[in-house]
Amino acid sequence: MLIFEKGQEGRMMTILPECDVPVSLPEEGSLRKKSMHLPQVSENDISRHYTEIAKKAYGVNDGFYPLGSCTMKYNPKINEDTAALPGFKQIHPLQPEHTVQGCMEVLKTAEQYLCEITGMSRMTFQPAAGAHGEFTGLLLIKAYHESRGDNKRTKIIVPDSAHGTNPASATMVGYSVISIPSAEDGGVDLEELKKAVGEDTAGLMLTNPNTLGLFDRNILEITKIVHEAGGLNYYDGANLNAVMGMIRPGDMGFDVVHLNLHKTFSTPHGGGGPGSGPVGCKDLLAEFLPGSMVEEEEGYVFKHPAHTIGQVKSFYGNFLIVVRAMTYLFMLGKEGVPEASKHAVLNANYMMAQLKDVYDMAYQGPCMHEFVMSLARLKKETGVSAMDIAKGLLDYGIHPPTMYFPLIVPEALMAEPTETESKETLDKVIAVLRSLHETAMTNPETLHQAPIHTPVTRLDEVRAARNPKLKHEF
Amino acid sequence: MGSFVPATDHDRKEMLSAIGIESIEDLFGQLPQEVLLKDGLNLPNGMSEMEVNKKMEGIAAKNTVFPVIFRGAGAYKHYIPSIVKSVISKETLYTAYTPYQAEMSQGILQSIYEYQTMICEITGMDVANASVYDGASAAAEAVAMCRDRKKNRAFVSAAVHPQVIETIKTYCFGNGMELTVIPEKDGITDLDFLKEHLDSQAACVYIQNPNYYGSLEPAEEIGSIAKEANARYIMGVNPISLGIIKTPIEYGADIAVGEGQPLGLPLSFGGPYIGFMACTKELIRKLPGRIVGETVDSNGKTGYVLTLQAREQHIRREKALSNVCSNQALCALAVSVYLSAMGAEGLKQTAIQCMSKAHYMAEQLEAIGYSVVNQGEFFHEFVTTSKIPAEQVMGKLEEHGILGGYPLTGERAGQILWCCTEMNAKDDIDRVIGILKEV
Repeated sequence: MLIFEKGQEGRMMTILPECDVPVSLPEEGSLRKKSMHLPQVSENDISRHYTEIAKKAYGVNDGFYPLGSCTMKYNPKINEDTAALPGFKQIHPLQPEHTVQGCMEVLKTAEQYLCEITGMSRMTFQPAAGAHGEFTGLLLIKAYHESRGDNKRTKIIVPDSAHGTNPASATMVGYSVISIPSAEDGGVDLEELKKAVGEDTAGLMLTNPNTLGLFDRNILEITKIVHEAGGLNYYDGANLNAVMGMIRPGDMGFDVVHLNLHKTFSTPHGGGGPGSGPVGCKDLLAEFLPGSMVEEEEGYVFKHPAHTIGQVKSFYGNFLIVVRAMTYLFMLGKEGVPEASKHAVLNANYMMAQLKDVYDMAYQGPCMHEFVMSLARLKKETGVSAMDIAKGLLDYGIHPPTMYFPLIVPEALMAEPTETESKETLDKVIAVLRSLHETAMTNPETLHQAPIHTPVTRLDEVRAARNPKLKHEF
Repeated sequence: MGSFVPATDHDRKEMLSAIGIESIEDLFGQLPQEVLLKDGLNLPNGMSEMEVNKKMEGIAAKNTVFPVIFRGAGAYKHYIPSIVKSVISKETLYTAYTPYQAEMSQGILQSIYEYQTMICEITGMDVANASVYDGASAAAEAVAMCRDRKKNRAFVSAAVHPQVIETIKTYCFGNGMELTVIPEKDGITDLDFLKEHLDSQAACVYIQNPNYYGSLEPAEEIGSIAKEANARYIMGVNPISLGIIKTPIEYGADIAVGEGQPLGLPLSFGGPYIGFMACTKELIRKLPGRIVGETVDSNGKTGYVLTLQAREQHIRREKALSNVCSNQALCALAVSVYLSAMGAEGLKQTAIQCMSKAHYMAEQLEAIGYSVVNQGEFFHEFVTTSKIPAEQVMGKLEEHGILGGYPLTGERAGQILWCCTEMNAKDDIDRVIGILKEV
């Protein structure tokens, strides 16, 4: 039941005091005439409504969440406490600098930590999400080439295993996209890359490890090919959780990176946001960074980079998300950061090892922090698809892996367990996945019907798109 | 060091043996040896939870929390009902991902559907998306929505929040749209300039109402001028003002966007905030970002899904109109709870109190020699001149724990942009007047 269908005409909460000054109203011509339907409810109505809503949702707190390339690790509770400190939460973004030295210290310290982890020189926290970071990073590349009068560089190269945001972001900055096929081992095909680069190459966008969960062993060669053609290398940090403290994008030849604090650095996803997509870069791009950067003089000051691309949103980004990530980084420190990555990789390989005799792996191991199963053969033999197995998991109260991605693997299920899951949890999920495989072989029909224990069964997406009903009608 | 890794030595041993390797390092064999971090990261050691708590409290204490705030300029201190924090602190809701698995995410999807409904109700528009990053990026995305092959020019009023103008400019640098800033005249958009310059290549006209200086724009006239030139009309609005002031749909807007922070989100040094976007039915397939729709399940039961995905990046890749693939879901939840707690009547009363207090303060300031610059109607922000340098005024107020108005710069150097909300008691306003009289 929607919140609009609850409550009663005339019911309301008592939030505001009486107005203590004479009332001023807009002139007649400026007054709102259109009626407005908002809920008419008590606090109890609201509280119970959202308790009911929460029962029909699933978070990392509810259980295993192996969404590949999404890094659904546990969100430490201390992060929520520090982000709720009045000294962060009650600060106006336009207060004088001497009254926000603590906020600036958070931004500066987080920049230093994350530059060390990525091998970059500077980092901006303006971008609000990974896709926003991609957009920002590509604008830096564009500004760089334009500043050199190198205006013919209009193409971005992406492998066919890339996230859909990569090509979409390239389009937003006016670049066209060259998609290159992957080699047989799942990495970038060097010959195809050599063919694709040229005087029109603005840059390459790459995730490494890639979306198949594989570290591209030719990475130094790849970034060199692009550099020699005059392009820049962009690192999509979606999969950084695999290699933190082991190897750095900066040392692999990348010039600009975006991170997802809501993936790698433990801040919660909030049901879809707010996230934070900081962008780090080498010195050659620093003068183009957006917004204001924190500099250390006598105390901290804000300064615009010399040739800034401008703001990509208001103020300094999703600051309270940065506070959460900083809290996490303070806890982990020098040893904890690589420890997280090593265990993320260990967990993925363990799951893969325990499943590979029943599910086909798209690529043989070892994998990094995630692995991709291909259910093409299972589908051919039993009619049970990746979707059916995913929906079968729902009936066990387990969130499925990412489905049908990367696009180059047929019937793909991409699993990323993360380091914060225990062996017991992995063993339980492995048992469920094996039992689902067994069901596929013996009784495939039940999986076509799944899920049956969720609040709703499979939903009619075609109908939703054909006759869009996007709001409640009063 | 702090750690959230549950594996014990025993676990590790068993797992390594199941994989058939000796040590975890064996899994990293593909990494090029020549660039491995051999000495590890140059970072301080990790700390326990207790130490980190203390450290973060120490950093937070270096900021000044102003109990009384008369500054807005894009970020507003409003009362946030207790129920808002209670709901957004539910662990299931804040630790969930984007609702890709609809059967397991009906709660998140339904809450977004309710949010979309509420945004349509307050703006009067037909459809709303699930939200974007903030008001400035919503404005920039709205401008990009209007672009087509023949229309590549955006007209943006100079009386729009400067950071919004700058964000639109950045997005235009990306997609190649031409941007014309319509000058302001007497603190509102210059209609003559607009009439003169709007041409057949004009994709859209963007204004803010109330504008950056708090003034109401001649929004109806601007809408007619845009319509005549066959350009889309985008209005950036303060959502609290919609409790009492005419809606974008009544002014003839095609798209309404705005910063949703006033609806239940704390100041948070600028973020996370939320950008709301709503439009007419006609533009539905150009609207970026996530959209939730109602449908039925295989048993005919009502349910909700992410819909109209053919617009989006994961389907269209480089042909997508925007790369947005998330929303500010938890902030959207806060907005929904806020609007449920306030109700239409509460939102109206909040708007009236904001406006009344701003007008009371403006009168009091005029009485002590600060003249109000706004010429027409204003909502809850207004600009005054200052007899003494604005910085000095602010310094004096700061000594009393009050964050005064925002000192403007450029051609308006010396002027102050004041803001009142329902949080500013008459006593506080009188106190400011008392202090300023002494300066």
